[in-house]
Amino acid sequence: MISILEENMFLKLTLAGAALLASVALPATAVNAQTIGFSQIGSESGWRAAETTLTRQQAKDRGIDLKFADAQQKQENQIKALRSFIAQGVDAILLAPVVATGWDQVLEEAKEAEIPVILLDRTVDAPDSLYMTAVTSDLVHEGRVAGEWLAAEVAGKDCKIVELQGTTGSSPAIDRKNGFEQGIADHSNLSIIRSQTGDFTRTKGKEVMESFLKAENGGKDICALYAHNDDMAVGAIQAIKEAGLKPGSDILVVSIDAVPDIFLAMAAGEANATVELTPNMAGPAFDVLEAFAKDGTLPPKWIQTESRLYTAADDPMAVYELKKSLGY
Amino acid sequence: MMNRLHPALRRILPQLITLVVVLGCNVLVFPDFFKIEMSNGRLYGSIIDILNRGAPVALLAIGMTLVIATKGIDLSVGAVMAICGAVAAAAVAGGSDVATAVVLALCAGIVCGLWNGFLVAVLNIQPIVATLILMVAGRGVAQLITEGVILTFTNEGLIFLGSGSLMALPMPFLIWLGFGVMTAIVVRKTALGLLIEAVGINLRASTLSGVRGNVLIVAVYAISGLCAATAGIIVAADIKGADANNAGLWLELDAILAVVIGGTSLLGGRFTLAGSLIGAMIIQSINTGILLSGFPPEFNLIIKAFIILVILIIQSPIVQSVLFAMRMPPDLSNDDAEPVEGGSARDRDASAQKEGMAP
Repeated sequence: MISILEENMFLKLTLAGAALLASVALPATAVNAQTIGFSQIGSESGWRAAETTLTRQQAKDRGIDLKFADAQQKQENQIKALRSFIAQGVDAILLAPVVATGWDQVLEEAKEAEIPVILLDRTVDAPDSLYMTAVTSDLVHEGRVAGEWLAAEVAGKDCKIVELQGTTGSSPAIDRKNGFEQGIADHSNLSIIRSQTGDFTRTKGKEVMESFLKAENGGKDICALYAHNDDMAVGAIQAIKEAGLKPGSDILVVSIDAVPDIFLAMAAGEANATVELTPNMAGPAFDVLEAFAKDGTLPPKWIQTESRLYTAADDPMAVYELKKSLGY
Repeated sequence: MMNRLHPALRRILPQLITLVVVLGCNVLVFPDFFKIEMSNGRLYGSIIDILNRGAPVALLAIGMTLVIATKGIDLSVGAVMAICGAVAAAAVAGGSDVATAVVLALCAGIVCGLWNGFLVAVLNIQPIVATLILMVAGRGVAQLITEGVILTFTNEGLIFLGSGSLMALPMPFLIWLGFGVMTAIVVRKTALGLLIEAVGINLRASTLSGVRGNVLIVAVYAISGLCAATAGIIVAADIKGADANNAGLWLELDAILAVVIGGTSLLGGRFTLAGSLIGAMIIQSINTGILLSGFPPEFNLIIKAFIILVILIIQSPIVQSVLFAMRMPPDLSNDDAEPVEGGSARDRDASAQKEGMAP
C-alpha cells in the first residue's frame, strides 16, 4: 500500500497542483506547475549558452519553476547538483552530462527518490532503466539532410564536392561524414573529390579551403563545399572570396549547426544551406514530462530532435537576430 | 666550397637544404606547386600560401629564439595570441579605430611578457613552469574578454592586417619579414645579441661582468609577448573574429620546433633568427604539402611527424659528423669565431629534446 502511494506521489502532487490551479482559473499551459532541476555543463560554447537561455524561456512559458545549476565543466559539480535536487524533492531533473561515465550511483539515488531524469544533448554509459529518456540530435541524420539538400539543389547536374571534416576521430566528424555520404549515395552525379580536416575552426577551415582551391584548378572544378560545422564554412567562404570566386553561386556552401554568423553569410548570398543542431532540447523534455504527469505515459528511451534545414528562403536576417538574442 | 660561403649563410645552409628538399617533395605530390599567378591584384599560389600561413609560427619563432637563447622557454605564446586577438577584436567592436586596437593588443602582449619575465627573472621560477601558468590561464582570460563567443568584427583596417596585401604580397608575410629583419638588425648590429647569448651561457658570470642579466631576461620575454600579440592580431584579422578557444592553439609547440629545426640549441647561449624563420617555413611547407596531397586526414600527423623525424635525424650530431667527415678534408680551419665545435655535446642534448617535441 505504502509503495503504491509512493509510486503515485509524483502523479498525485501534480494532480493536486492541477486541481488547485484549475480552481483559480489560470491558463491551461500552467496546469502542470512543477519544480524541475537543470544541471548544465557550463558555458563552453555559444550553442550551450543558447541551450540554457531556451531552457529558461521554455520553463517560464510553461510556468515551471526551473532550478538551474552550472557545473563549470566538472562532473563532480553535476553530481553535487543532482544530489541537491534530490534533497529538495524536485519533480524532475534535466541533465546535460559533461562525460559519459560515472553516473550510475547518482542516477540510482534519483530513481529511489522517484524523480525522473531526462538527459539532454548527450547520453551516458548507464543502464537505460536509470533515466526516463534522452533528448539528442542524430548526427548521421544531420549529415544526410545536408547531402539530400545538395542532391536536390544540383538536380542531376555533375557536382564535385569538397568536404571540410571536423576534428579527426571525433564522433560528430565521423557521423556527419557518414550521413552526408548516405545522403548523396543514390546520386552518381555527386562525388566528394577532396576531404580534409578543418578541426571545426574558422582558421583551419580557411587554410584548408585555400589548399582545395589551389589543388582543384583554382576552384573552377569545385561545385560545392560541405563543412561539418558552420565555423569552418565561414572561414572557407572568406578563402573562396579571396580566390576571386563567388561563394553561394560559383561554389555552393552547405554546413551544419546553424550558428548566427552563417545566417549573415546566407543573407549576403554567400552560403546556401545549414542544418540546425537545435539548442531547444528542453522543449521536447518538458513535453514528455507533461505527458507523464498527465496520464503516466512513458516516452521512448531516445527522442530525436528535429534537424531543420535553413536556406536563404527562411529570412536569414530574422533568424540571425533571433539566434543572437539567445546568447550564441 | 663551404669556405667560400659567408659564415652566416653557411650556418643556415642545412636548414636551407631541408627547405628545398621539403618543397621538392611538395612538387612530387602536387605538380603545380610553384605556380604563381596574379589574382585580384595580389600574387596567388601555394608558395604565397606558405609565406602567408606561416606568419603566426614565424612571428612566435622570432620571440621564442631570443627566449631560448637565454636558456628559457615560453609556453604561453599560444594563449597570449588568443588574449591579444581578443583585445583587438573587443576594441574595434567597442568602436575604437584600428591604431588604438592594435596598440592595445600589443600592450596586452607586452604585459603578458613582462609577467613571464617577472616570474623567471625576479622570482627565479623555472621558465617552463613560469610560462605554463599563463599558457593555462591565458585562454580563460581571452574567454572573459570575448565573453565566450567568437567575437566578430567588420573593421576594414584591422581585417587588412590579416588578409590584405601590399605590393601584391600578403600583409602577414610582410609583417613577419619586417619584424624578423628589424629584430635581426637590433640584436646583431648592436651588442644585444652577444649579451643575450652571454646570459644564456652563464647568467651569474655575465652579471658579475656587468651585464644586467635580469633586465635582459625580462626584455626577451616582453619581446616574445610582443611577437605573440602581433601573431594574435593577424590570426584574428584573418578570420574577422577572435576565437578564444582555438586561436594559437598548440602553436607554442610549433614555434619551439621551428627554433629547434632552425639550429638554435634549447640549452641557450647561441641562436640564429634566420634559421628559426626558415624552420617556420619548413613546418608550414610540410603542412601545406599535406593539405595539397589529398591524403586522408588520418595521416596528417603521422606524415608530419615522420618528416620532422627525418629532419632531426639528419641534423643530429652523429649524422652531421659523418656527413662532415665525408665532405671535408681534415684541413678545414675554422675561419670564424663561432663556438660551433664546442656545441656538439649541447646539440646532442638538444636533439634528444627535439624528438619529444615532434607533434
